[in-house]
Amino acid sequence: MQIGQIILVPGNNSILLCDFHHSITKLYLPSMNNTQLDFIPIIIQFFLAAGFVGGTMFITHFLGPKLKTRKKLRAFESGIESIGNARQPFAIKYFLTAILFVLFDVEVIFLYPYAVNFLDLGINGLITMFLFIALLLGGFIYVIKSGALDWE
Amino acid sequence: MLQSLFYFLSFTSIFLACMVVFAKNPVHSVLYLILTFFTIAGHYLILNAQFLALVHVVVYAGAIMVLFLFVIMLLNLNAETEPRQSMLMKFAGTIAGGCLMLVLIAVFSKANALPAAHEVNSQIGLIKNLGKILYTDYIMPFEVASILFLIAMIGAVILAKREPKAAI
Amino acid sequence: MDLLLNFLPAIIIIVVMFGITMIAALYSTYGERKVAAYLQDRHGPNRAGPGGLLQPLADGVKMFLKEEIIPVASNKFLFILGPSIAMTCALMTGVVLPWGDKFTLFGRTFNLQATDLNIGVLYVFAVVSVSVYGIMIGGWASNNKWSLMGAIRASSQIISYELSMGLSIIALLMVTGTLSFREIVLQQHGGILHWNFIAQPLGFLIFLICAFAECNRAPFDLAECETELVGGYHTEYSSMKLGFFLFAEYINMFISSAVMSALFFGGFNFPGMDFLAEKGLDANWITLIGTAGYFLKIIFFIFFFMWVRWTIPRFRYDQLMNLGWKSLIPIALLNLAITAAVMVIRHSNNFGF
Repeated sequence: MQIGQIILVPGNNSILLCDFHHSITKLYLPSMNNTQLDFIPIIIQFFLAAGFVGGTMFITHFLGPKLKTRKKLRAFESGIESIGNARQPFAIKYFLTAILFVLFDVEVIFLYPYAVNFLDLGINGLITMFLFIALLLGGFIYVIKSGALDWE
Repeated sequence: MLQSLFYFLSFTSIFLACMVVFAKNPVHSVLYLILTFFTIAGHYLILNAQFLALVHVVVYAGAIMVLFLFVIMLLNLNAETEPRQSMLMKFAGTIAGGCLMLVLIAVFSKANALPAAHEVNSQIGLIKNLGKILYTDYIMPFEVASILFLIAMIGAVILAKREPKAAI
Repeated sequence: MDLLLNFLPAIIIIVVMFGITMIAALYSTYGERKVAAYLQDRHGPNRAGPGGLLQPLADGVKMFLKEEIIPVASNKFLFILGPSIAMTCALMTGVVLPWGDKFTLFGRTFNLQATDLNIGVLYVFAVVSVSVYGIMIGGWASNNKWSLMGAIRASSQIISYELSMGLSIIALLMVTGTLSFREIVLQQHGGILHWNFIAQPLGFLIFLICAFAECNRAPFDLAECETELVGGYHTEYSSMKLGFFLFAEYINMFISSAVMSALFFGGFNFPGMDFLAEKGLDANWITLIGTAGYFLKIIFFIFFFMWVRWTIPRFRYDQLMNLGWKSLIPIALLNLAITAAVMVIRHSNNFGF
């Protein structure tokens, strides 16, 4: 090894470090998964998945018969002549569901860092979270009582 | 390597952000915005803020953009019914955007230099450490945020109830 | 080169698991038809190969060779993008799952897992929350009223059930204290009584129901219910694009079975693990038995998915939304409160009592 060279040892999460006296020190990484390198397999997986999907799409484009008729390429509406197209507004209910989902989703996200520290944070954390959940519950009860989520 | 990755991500995020504005089809704009959020999540990853990176994907790309897509689909996207913006609106938009840019430039030019990287604890972005800091030092902003959520919930319900009932 | 060597085990695991996922999804279609057949007292596919075993391959080839139809009114690019997103997202989750314990080969020890993120569970959530776009974009781009309705229904359903799923996971996190799949599985070492479904029975039930809803499986398959919406969001699709939508559903089923087994059923732990180790069995063999046990658990859950599909009738849409919002979220919050109370009592010194 050369001076200053750092080698990452796979498997046991340690690095070998060569210092100025040519002695080699073994350092264990502070906690198991703190490096961004953990995300590289995800990128590899993405390229594999996207490559497979793209490749298959490309190949199937050239396979199979191609007999295009005007009626075949029209929107399917169970054999009835279609009126207009599908670019039309739909019920506001779905939209409201999405808004409420965004709000609750953010609240759930806030619970993640709390839940992993549940024991460490002790009584103070418990009181904080109790307040938070109480407010969440208040909002939730209001939403239910207001009938915003009633589907008929 | 991280530096070249940074330049690559920065370039793509700015490019995609421009495409959000220039895309003709609003659904394409939304898709470009989702991709922009992914590149920003990549920036968080470079900073080793892993929790923030994934939360960015869950909340922005996975929740808020679903809402955006719903709104876009809710709009009547037929070409003949597309509302034409008047010249005045375009003019006002340009001026407002220019003002915002001026303010941002003024703020950033006055901002102090960020502390050098080695002074910052690089493990702060991991979920455990982040949780400890959030729920000890920053309890107050956290609780205020929960009140904000409550207000947003009530506001959404009240706004939606005013709308007349639609079909489907 | 050094970097590449570091990731060689990960790359091999990714490629192998990619293949296994594909085969699992292919044979789930066969399994589904067989299970349905036996539940309805008939034979199911039995012509292609012995016992119909080659049926999935025949189906696959058929999908490849079908005519590709892209309706004129559709938005062509988005029409292709929809199933692509669905399929890619379905394939993305497997990378963080722990398929097995440590394995030693050529003097190198590595985990049978592509990567062990310290926020692996959250990563799964991120992928799930993005995968809703496949259905939304595909359904909207078709420019067909059935597809649009199916897409909107499916996406509302998926986002609604994501909430209770998240809440049930939070209760589990309070017990485990970590988001890493590997650590959660390792904590469940030491017999069935240590598996998380004992500690979190309610949480597991909520997770199971939400997994059904997230996969668009019966009784939550309103998005594609043929009696109301023809084919739902994939009404206009044909050829491999339809294949991708269907395939993604089966892969999602496989992956959610794997997630459930890892989180609540001990993953690669199996009863008698320590006994075999004491007997002096090679660690590699124990790992392999553990992986086989993990796959058995996954197969059981896949069978359970199918069993439910052919037993229980479909919900009505209002029932589905009421179940998601008005029943599951309160129950999940209750589960959270119970978990917190039990944890406070068990670790009372942490809370100053």
